Amino acid sequence: MTKSVLIGTVDHIPPGEGRNFIVEREKIAVFRTHAGEVYATQAACHQSIGERTVAMWAGATLVCPLHDRTFDLRTGEGIGPDCASLKIYPVALTENSQIVVTL
Amino acid sequence: MAKQKLVVIGNGMAGARAVEEVLARGGADQFDIVMFGDEVYGNYNRILLSNLLNGSQTADDILINPLDWYTENGIKLHAGERVEALDRAAKVVVSTNGVREHYDKLLIATGSRAFIPPMAGAYASDGKLKAGVFGYRTIDDCAAIVEYAKKSKAVVTIGGGLLGLEAARAMTVLGCQSHVVHLAGHLLEMQLDVPAGAMLKKAMEGMGIQVHLKKLTSEVRGKDKVEGLAFKDDTNLDCDMVIVAAGIRPNSEIGVRAGLTVERAIVVDNHMRSVDDPNVYVVGECAQHRGRVYGLVAPLWDQGKVFADNITAKNTSSVYLGSKLATKLKVMGIELASMGATEPSEERDEVIQFTEPKKGTYKKLIVRDGRLIGSILMGDISKAAYLMQAFDRDSPLPEERLSLLFDLGTPGTKITLDEMPADAQVCNCNGVTKGVIGACVAAGKRSTKSVMDATRAGMGCGSCKSMVKEVVEWFCGGDVQEDPSVHYYVPSIPLNKAELIKAVREQGLRSVSSVFKALAGGIEDAPSKPALASLLITLWSNEYIDERGARFINDRVHGNIQKDGTFSVVPEMPGGVCTPAELRRIADAAVKYNVSLVKVTGGQRIDLVGVEKDDLPGIWNDLGMPAGYAWGKSYRTCKACIGTDFCRFGLGDSMGLALKIERRFRGIESPGKLKLATAGCPRNCSEALIKDIGVVAIGDGKWEIYVGGAGGAHVRKGDLLCVVDNEDAALLYAGRFMQYYRENAKYKERTYTFLERLGIERIRTVVIEDSDGIAAELDAAMKRSTDATYDPWKEAEAPKTANQFATAIAAGEA
Repeated sequence: MTKSVLIGTVDHIPPGEGRNFIVEREKIAVFRTHAGEVYATQAACHQSIGERTVAMWAGATLVCPLHDRTFDLRTGEGIGPDCASLKIYPVALTENSQIVVTL
Repeated sequence: MAKQKLVVIGNGMAGARAVEEVLARGGADQFDIVMFGDEVYGNYNRILLSNLLNGSQTADDILINPLDWYTENGIKLHAGERVEALDRAAKVVVSTNGVREHYDKLLIATGSRAFIPPMAGAYASDGKLKAGVFGYRTIDDCAAIVEYAKKSKAVVTIGGGLLGLEAARAMTVLGCQSHVVHLAGHLLEMQLDVPAGAMLKKAMEGMGIQVHLKKLTSEVRGKDKVEGLAFKDDTNLDCDMVIVAAGIRPNSEIGVRAGLTVERAIVVDNHMRSVDDPNVYVVGECAQHRGRVYGLVAPLWDQGKVFADNITAKNTSSVYLGSKLATKLKVMGIELASMGATEPSEERDEVIQFTEPKKGTYKKLIVRDGRLIGSILMGDISKAAYLMQAFDRDSPLPEERLSLLFDLGTPGTKITLDEMPADAQVCNCNGVTKGVIGACVAAGKRSTKSVMDATRAGMGCGSCKSMVKEVVEWFCGGDVQEDPSVHYYVPSIPLNKAELIKAVREQGLRSVSSVFKALAGGIEDAPSKPALASLLITLWSNEYIDERGARFINDRVHGNIQKDGTFSVVPEMPGGVCTPAELRRIADAAVKYNVSLVKVTGGQRIDLVGVEKDDLPGIWNDLGMPAGYAWGKSYRTCKACIGTDFCRFGLGDSMGLALKIERRFRGIESPGKLKLATAGCPRNCSEALIKDIGVVAIGDGKWEIYVGGAGGAHVRKGDLLCVVDNEDAALLYAGRFMQYYRENAKYKERTYTFLERLGIERIRTVVIEDSDGIAAELDAAMKRSTDATYDPWKEAEAPKTANQFATAIAAGEA
């Protein structure tokens, strides 16, 4: 069963960066592009020793800082060798710039 | 516009490669391509033919372009059709079997054939080679040789060049008694000098191959089949098989018949075009350029590119200017590298030589005016890659000649690539084995960069990069391509560092996003961001527009991320010195924030490891000390020994100078880490000789400045940049060197690599002698940077971005 949650205003996240949010006891990483798009993924990385929001990213490509693994933020798919995919969450902005994540 | 027709005569390495280059330039839209090949196979790697002889590979293994490739690329291939006639007036070629093709543009890449020197009895009455006599040039030759060798006892190879020695070695593998007959006084006379040739001969004899030098074969004895050879000096040698590897002759008859200028081969201009006909191009071993005909593979690649640039009109100013010949090869399991001259030819030429006959190691360099004009390496070719580059680019050699011959200080003996098992790791960081790289090359990756991208080899600490390159080259068998992006500052923008700096300055690009917008069509590339940020900070100092999303996490929160996602906190401690009160605050903070580990670092600081991101502002405030910059590509530390104040041996105030250095340069961004040290005397207790910059007191107020030292994955003693009279001068020249490095090094290129790339002489002339007249500019730029740095831990009070240090934000909080 899916459920949409309002998690807060987009101003929590500086443009070009990502921040972690605790949503219904799940930790979700939300990214905001310079162009104003938002993406949401699982926060913990596969080695479960790091966090997505510390990553470098550009456009819709995310590079994990710990092992340089690369992911597509739109699909969660790993790009390049031996990359498992990443869980992604549907996310949107409301008219007054509130972030809504679907769990 | 209707498509033109490009006809290629010759389907060997040169012809097929030239077509690949045409396709890579979108040539399929401009041309219908038709190829004629004498052999019935697709294009194969002729360099690997010896592997067919010794059975280590099959014909399929050495195919570069299997027949499918032609179909997939819409190329019409007439395999097994030899072109007999070329009518330039009608623009038509005709094969022996009568296949006709009209052309708009013609490429002749007929290559060369085995040269059979004049010998009585070499041919049977039907005009074919006598039974048991073989040329050595094609897959069919190899198959015939292997078949005949099965019933032969003694095999003589005529020719002691590269091909001949490989064939002779293969014959021993096939169980034959193997002889080499050679006309010259020593083996491989094109590549080796007399002593090296003699060592090679000895090694070959040790493997059971008999070498006969200064022998000119006059007759092949035997009525219907080979029974032996007779030589001009009236000696004889019994054998039942002969392999002729006495050189090659260009297949240029087609040019002669068509009325093209042919000397030793078909004469071409700098566009690889026949000098007689603008519609006829020639590449490879049948082409003569500036009086030279090449028989090695590297020139083919260059010629193919020039041909493709011109014929597709992608770059009509592309010219071929000749090739400098350098080869790396393996004969009889002995590794050899040879480039340029084998002997000095002028009085000013300097010869540097090392011989260890028992081990079969021989190294010789011929240096003219500080540049390498020739080299022979045998047995140990670990320096070959470096020397070949220096030779090819004509770059100045370091003054310390010994390091040209040996890797001093690097541990371990390297095994040769042939001996290396497939499961041996090449890249330890990412666990990439030789076998994985081989599979990647077999799957079509032909450049070091594309293999690295696909396998991640060499993308960890980077210390194995040159090894990865060698393994890729080894698997490619010479057919390696260079990815042009290796020269770019970042892969996503096709400009080298100097060009990029110019564009950034001219267009006033002060933020990473504006660089992408102006120079990369707005397409952002994550891995390029930190590199661009580093460059922009260096160029713009306080005018730089800091977009934290463009920075690596360490530079966003001013700590070094640990593998559990926590951070390390390292306060500044110039020369390893702090006050008792500071030490107490460090201890209190460590207790209060419950850090996992307190550790003294290699750079004489104290590291508090395991601090949560949310706690960073708090711990910084409690410490009340500036940031120690232990996380970034920047000035890191300046170590110091205890110096004159306390040490009985001290000649200079190393702690005092370390303090001045740290206060001036702390936080300076740079392409790679800058680790410094000062030493109060040449005993070097602070290890100043293996630092990026090391300053050593030598008495009377004088200091020596060493640069380019390393004591990490790579170990290198720094080169002496200069000796100065006082501390101010030491600060000045250290700063000027840093600035020159900041503006000219590639991203992540440490000073030791930078220094070896440019040479200490070049750096000294710029930094000390001001040969380029830029010293004042460098000093001013460094001053702007030092003025603009600030203590980033002050962001504890005034965060730069929203939720900068938040580990997580609770949903629903407004």
